[in-house]
Amino acid sequence: MDLAQTYELWRQLMTQGDAEWWQTLFVRFYQAFIEGDRWRQYLQGVGITLVATAVALAIGVVLGVLVAMIRTAHDQQRPGRPKNPVLGVVNAICKVCVTVIRGTPMLVQVLIMGMVIFASSRNYTFVGALTLGINSGAYVAEIIRGGLMSLDPGQMEAGRSLGLNYIDTMRFIVIPQAFKAILPSLGNEFIVLLKDTSMISVIGGQELVYFAKNIVNRTFDAMFPLVGAAVIYLILVMIFTWLQGKLERRLRQSDRR
Amino acid sequence: MIDVKHLSKSFGDNLVLDDISEHIAPGEKVVIIGPSGSGKSTFLRCLNLLETPTKGTITFDGMEITDPKADIDKIRQQMGMVFQHFNLFPNMTIRRNITLAPVRTKLMGQEEADDTATALLKRVGLEEKADAYPSQLSGGQKQRIAIVRALAMKPKVMLFDEPTSALDPEMVGAVLDVMKELANEGMTMVVVTHEMGSAREVGSRVLFMDGGHIMEQNTPQEFFDHPQNPRTQSFLSKVL
Ligand SMILES: Nc1ncnc2c1ncn2[C@@H]1O[C@H](COP(=O)(O)OP(=O)(O)O)[C@@H](O)[C@H]1O
Ligand SMILES: [Mg+2]
Repeated sequence: MDLAQTYELWRQLMTQGDAEWWQTLFVRFYQAFIEGDRWRQYLQGVGITLVATAVALAIGVVLGVLVAMIRTAHDQQRPGRPKNPVLGVVNAICKVCVTVIRGTPMLVQVLIMGMVIFASSRNYTFVGALTLGINSGAYVAEIIRGGLMSLDPGQMEAGRSLGLNYIDTMRFIVIPQAFKAILPSLGNEFIVLLKDTSMISVIGGQELVYFAKNIVNRTFDAMFPLVGAAVIYLILVMIFTWLQGKLERRLRQSDRR
Repeated sequence: MIDVKHLSKSFGDNLVLDDISEHIAPGEKVVIIGPSGSGKSTFLRCLNLLETPTKGTITFDGMEITDPKADIDKIRQQMGMVFQHFNLFPNMTIRRNITLAPVRTKLMGQEEADDTATALLKRVGLEEKADAYPSQLSGGQKQRIAIVRALAMKPKVMLFDEPTSALDPEMVGAVLDVMKELANEGMTMVVVTHEMGSAREVGSRVLFMDGGHIMEQNTPQEFFDHPQNPRTQSFLSKVL
C-alpha cells in the first residue's frame, strides 16, 4: 500500500472521527507537503528567497559602499582647505536617509514601498528585495565605515606620503585590507537579510512564507506549513553560518602566511 | 631646499609648534632630538603636509606647498617618508610595496619599476625577499624595505620619524647603515631620532626641540660636547 492510498484511507477515518492521533498527524503532514506535490512550492519559495536575499545584499553592498565612500571622503577632507560643497550636500542627504532607514521598522518600510510608492507594481518580490536592499545599505555603510576606520591610519599616510592620490590609496591599500576586516560582518548581514525576506510576503511578494501561507489557506491547517517554513529557514541559516565560519578560518590562515 | 617660515600648529587648544622658522639646505642631514611630546613628529609631518599647519608657510624647491592650490601629490612624490612603525602594506608582496607608487604615479613603467626594486633590494641585502609578504620579515628588514620603498620614488628629500625606535637593538645597526650610506651619497635628510649615536654619525646639524620651539642647534660635535641651553644640557644629561 503506497502513501497516497494510506492518506486516502486515513483521511476517511478522520472525517468519520475514527482516526488515531498519529493517523491525524500523518494526514495533516501529507496535506501540507505531499498532496498535489506541494513540496515543490516550498522548494520554489526557497529558491526565490535565496535570490531575493542575494539581490537585496547586492543592492545593500552597492549602496553601502557608495554611502561609506561619500561619508569617509567628506570626513577626510583636509582641514584648512575649502570644503567641497557638492560633497557636503550629498553627505547631508546620505545622513538623512540613513537616519530615516535606521529609525523606522523594516516592516513599515516594506508596506510603504509595496502599498504606497510601488502600489501598481507587478513584481512585489522585487519591490520587497529592493526595500530590503536599501535598508541593508544603511547598515552595510556603517559596517564599511567601521572597517575603514579600524584600519591603522598609518596605511593611508604611507600611501599618501609616497605621492599616491586619495583614490589610488583607497583602491590599492585601504579597501583591500578593510574588505578582509568586514567580510564576517557582511556574512552576518546576509543571514539577517535571509530571514528578513520573510517580510516580503506582507505585500504579496512570492517567497517561502508566501507559499507556506497559501498552503495554510488551502488546507485550513497552519501548523505544518509554518513549522516547515521555520525549519527550512533554520537549515538555511545553519548552512550559511557554517560556510561563514569556514571562510573566516581561511582568511585567518592567509593572514599568517 | 625646504624653507619654513613662522610655522605654527595646534591640535584644538593644544599649541604644538609655536612660530618655527627654519631653513634646510640641499644635502643637509638635519637631526631633530628632544623630549617626547615636544612636537618633533608634528614638525616633520608638517613638512610633507601629513599635518596641515595652522599658520605659516613651507616652501619646497621654490614651490609654496602650504598654498591651498599646490599639487600635494606631486610634492609628496619628491619627499620620501619613513615611519616609526614601517607602515608597509601587508596585503602586497615586498616587490609590489616598492613598485606600486612609481607605477601608479607614472614615474616608471612596471618593468623599470621592477628593475629599480631589484636593484634597491640588492643594495640593502634583501633581494631574496622580493616575493615575501611584510608579515614574514623582521622589524629591521621591514624598516629597510620601507626606506627602499620611499627611495624608489627618487625623492629629493627623505624624512625619517624615529626609524629605529620600534626595533630590537640588534636590528638597529643594519638600518643605520642604510641611512649612513644614503647620507654619504648626498641625500638631503631630516631625521627625528632618540638615538644620540646615530645623531652624531648621520647628522650634519642637530636641532633640539622642546615645547614646540627649536631651543638650540649646532653641528653634532659642538652640540653634544658644548650644549649651551640649560634645557639641552639637562636633556642630554638624561639620555647620554
Ligand atoms: N593627531 C593629533 N591630535 C591631537 N594631538 C596630537 C596629534 N598628534 C600629536 N598631538 C599632540 O602634539 C604633541 C606633540 O606630539 P609629537 O609631535 O608626536 O611629539 P614628539 O614626536 O616630539 O614626541 C603631543 O602633546 C601630542 O599629544
Ligand atoms: Mg614622535
